[in-house]
Amino acid sequence: MTRPIIEERLSLTLVEVQKPNLTDEEVQYAIQTLQREPNEVEWAMLEAQWSEHCSYKSSKPLLKQLPSKGTKVLVGPGFDAGVIDVGDGWVVTLHIESHNHPSAIDPYGGAATGVGGVVRDILSLGSRPVALLDPLRFGSIESSHSRWLFDNVVRGIADYGNCIGVPTVGGEVEFDPSFERNCLVDVVCVGLGRKDKLVLGEARNPGDLVYLVGGRTGRDGIRGASFASKTLADKSDTERSAVQVPDPFTKKLIIEAILEAVEANILRGMKDLGGGGLTCGLAEIAAKAGTGIEVDLSKIQTREPNMLPAEVMISESQERMILLIREEDERELVNILEKWELSFAKIGHVTKDGLLTIRWGNEIVAKAPAKFVAEAPFATRSAVRPRYLDVLAEVPEPALPEDLGQTLIELLSSPNIASKEWIYRQYDHEVGIRTIIKPGQADSALLCLPNKRSLALTTDGNSKQCYVDPYWGTMGVVSEALCNLVASGAEPVAVVDHLQYGDPGNPEVYWTFKEAIRAISNYLKALSVPCIGGKVSFYNEDSTSRKAIKPSPVIAALGLVEPKTPRILQALRKEENDLIVIGNTSDEMGGSEYYEHIHKLAGGRVPRVNLKKERTLLRSLLRTLRSGRVESIHDVSKGGLAVALAEMSVQGRKGVTVDLDKVPNKTSRMDNLLFSESRSRFILETKPMNTTRIVNSFKRLGIPASKVGSVSDNGIEFLAKGQAMLTIPMAEASRAWSEAIPAAMEATI
Amino acid sequence: MVKVAVIQFPGSNCDLDALKILQKTIKVPTDLVWHKDLKRDQYDAYVLPGGFSYGDYLRAGAIAATSPSIQIIREATEEGKPILGICNGFQILVEAGILPGAVLRNSGLRFVCKWTRLRIESTKTPFTRGASKGQILRIPIAHNEGRYYLDKDQLDELERNEQIVLRYVDENDIPTVDSNPNGSLDNIAGICDKKRNVMGLMPHPERASLPILSPSNHPEGRVIFDSMAETLEPSLGGK
Repeated sequence: MTRPIIEERLSLTLVEVQKPNLTDEEVQYAIQTLQREPNEVEWAMLEAQWSEHCSYKSSKPLLKQLPSKGTKVLVGPGFDAGVIDVGDGWVVTLHIESHNHPSAIDPYGGAATGVGGVVRDILSLGSRPVALLDPLRFGSIESSHSRWLFDNVVRGIADYGNCIGVPTVGGEVEFDPSFERNCLVDVVCVGLGRKDKLVLGEARNPGDLVYLVGGRTGRDGIRGASFASKTLADKSDTERSAVQVPDPFTKKLIIEAILEAVEANILRGMKDLGGGGLTCGLAEIAAKAGTGIEVDLSKIQTREPNMLPAEVMISESQERMILLIREEDERELVNILEKWELSFAKIGHVTKDGLLTIRWGNEIVAKAPAKFVAEAPFATRSAVRPRYLDVLAEVPEPALPEDLGQTLIELLSSPNIASKEWIYRQYDHEVGIRTIIKPGQADSALLCLPNKRSLALTTDGNSKQCYVDPYWGTMGVVSEALCNLVASGAEPVAVVDHLQYGDPGNPEVYWTFKEAIRAISNYLKALSVPCIGGKVSFYNEDSTSRKAIKPSPVIAALGLVEPKTPRILQALRKEENDLIVIGNTSDEMGGSEYYEHIHKLAGGRVPRVNLKKERTLLRSLLRTLRSGRVESIHDVSKGGLAVALAEMSVQGRKGVTVDLDKVPNKTSRMDNLLFSESRSRFILETKPMNTTRIVNSFKRLGIPASKVGSVSDNGIEFLAKGQAMLTIPMAEASRAWSEAIPAAMEATI
Repeated sequence: MVKVAVIQFPGSNCDLDALKILQKTIKVPTDLVWHKDLKRDQYDAYVLPGGFSYGDYLRAGAIAATSPSIQIIREATEEGKPILGICNGFQILVEAGILPGAVLRNSGLRFVCKWTRLRIESTKTPFTRGASKGQILRIPIAHNEGRYYLDKDQLDELERNEQIVLRYVDENDIPTVDSNPNGSLDNIAGICDKKRNVMGLMPHPERASLPILSPSNHPEGRVIFDSMAETLEPSLGGK
């Protein structure tokens, strides 16, 4: 029999550790702490756990700046997901993850396992996953490579999310050439659970049994975490073995089995196995509680023969969970797992000694303090303001287009603005019978909760603006997320952030990262909204183009809608209703879709947020929406006022007539007035009898507001100085907006 | 006491939704029953919910169709008990040969989730008796394999026997190519068996049974469950 020999050789080439992928300081620190040279298994474990992906060694000190406390926050950063108390004994869990590197080489599998990973995070707190949202970033849609990535990422998310029965209720997509070789695939998951059933990822009780449940352990995803912690190279395609294999059916069984065990109150601790595999799971669950864990790897069911201890310790095979239970509950757990036909193994127990003791049968193959493994030494990074920012700030103004109507049509068909129906048609967004506001209907998705409140969810990003101005661009993203929540009648409750950058060893990249954290922190503190978790993804660059992605902070935000708040959508409702614009429009064109898409121009002044007014504005808007006097609402973002009005118009199949002279503004040019992406602006449709009252309620607080026009049965029409400035027929606007993405995607892949 | 079973297969994912609507909205006593635990003669009607039973591996519904519970369903069919297959449940009934035809991959080769307009083609089933012929129901679909297919002779027979219960229609209530979301033969969205007590449909009526989730707050899907409840009521006798 020659087979086993071949297998053995294969495994050697996979795991043979020439030199661990660690810095010299880290190697020294490891040797000093252990007072000896770590063995092969231990090096593999440290390499996985101390990877940027698992350890946050370059970001942790900065992330502490973010406010994380609040009256509704039950669990904040540092756990698999943040937990919010939504009243009446119910809790909502929230987390965001990405699967950027895997998706760049295997878009279908990478995106699918990305969903799988974040779903496990939500599950591991004992909550049922009830919604997914997907912020995605690709290169230009003109590029066939990007279309291939886009198509398969969407399919991967759809096939996985649909199968496990978790609705995908929202998301956003941005196309920009900087993502050509590094697409960003983020997944937000929201869970629902009972406060008294929460389970934490802590091994608090020595003597508890350690069960490994779910998928078998194979060689897929070996070193996924370290793969994610370096830049992509041309030969990255050969690293497909670093991408995990999705199995949504097994995941569905795990979800139901775990929730049955949660219901039976037998889980004393739980941790999902994601990046870093068993190493990360065991080290973190013990370190959090100051305990140790002893396991026997020979008990683990492997997918292939002759796996080495190091491979078992760092495999990132999907669909696996660690469960901690008392010995007397063993029978009950086994009954549940057998009902769901899941494979499982009792692999060890929690100890008092604070050590990770890894055995293979009787032989100890690794032994080190859990805290030492779990907590990588911080990496010190330097930050330098990039010089290109000065160039970007000084770009000359473009020429005024001759036909602004044509410009509006072009903007509506820009893939960054056009309808995303092609995407969300492929996602089951109804399963679970909770989705009140469906994708595309409003600025946030709305889900009903069991206690008569509802949950508003949104995600936002804007890499173009964050590139031109890392600070104000990022603050704009957070503002946009909160504006979206409020526009759906929700009080903002919490956010999670996902910070995606290039190599943190590059001081210019690191500076943009620091600026983002400063912006998020300043905004959230001003609004008293906590950040209850998040994720950092570095090394989003490749060795071929030697270019990092544009800075891509993404925010997912969660809000609560009180009972009896009316459900208000974007679509215009009735002819002769009034249109009100709230907020000021300025010459803030930097990173706008108008500059980038129409003029191919990166640079300019990025929209700023008035932190002093933001809270007043959002409070006042929420009050107005609750009063029931608003017929439809849309926040103004990409493409500016003209696009926001056109979107409301197309969705409601009604026209608009708007007098630009009445729009509160400080702009110097007509195109700026139409397409500026100044922050914190909204368009409201109201019945004429309510208009004055609403306008005055904002003006009284010093917030610009004005009636600018009305709903018509015609096309989209903008007037200036009494003359028609821009007129386009509804059908044309509708076609441009609805057909852009399907046309690009269905024609050629 | 009348009782309905919602059968839970591994991979079912609309089981809890159907259960919730039956218990809380329609207010029919309903149990969620694990497919291996289903016993003969315990229930008066059965719902096979949507989802991805056994991951839809092999073919949608193919593995679940071999579950021991399907034998009990088959016997219940003979006894004339109301049996409803929704989405994956429909696929399972077809794979088991309880309903005729096949459910193929959508013609667009993509998963489709959207609200559809359905026209009631027959009220002679326990699930549509409360509706009127030609009535329009807005109910969402969500599936990868929803293209109903069978050969010409069988289609004629289906038509002759009034076994086509629901068709996809457009804004003018006419079955058209554009209103057909998956390439289904003759715009068929739901059918019943010859004895008329088994119905399978691709749309999800449980997702259109609460006002808050439905367009214009009209829960047009619940007529399917209300009809079933009405059908079961007479057997209560004394009540």
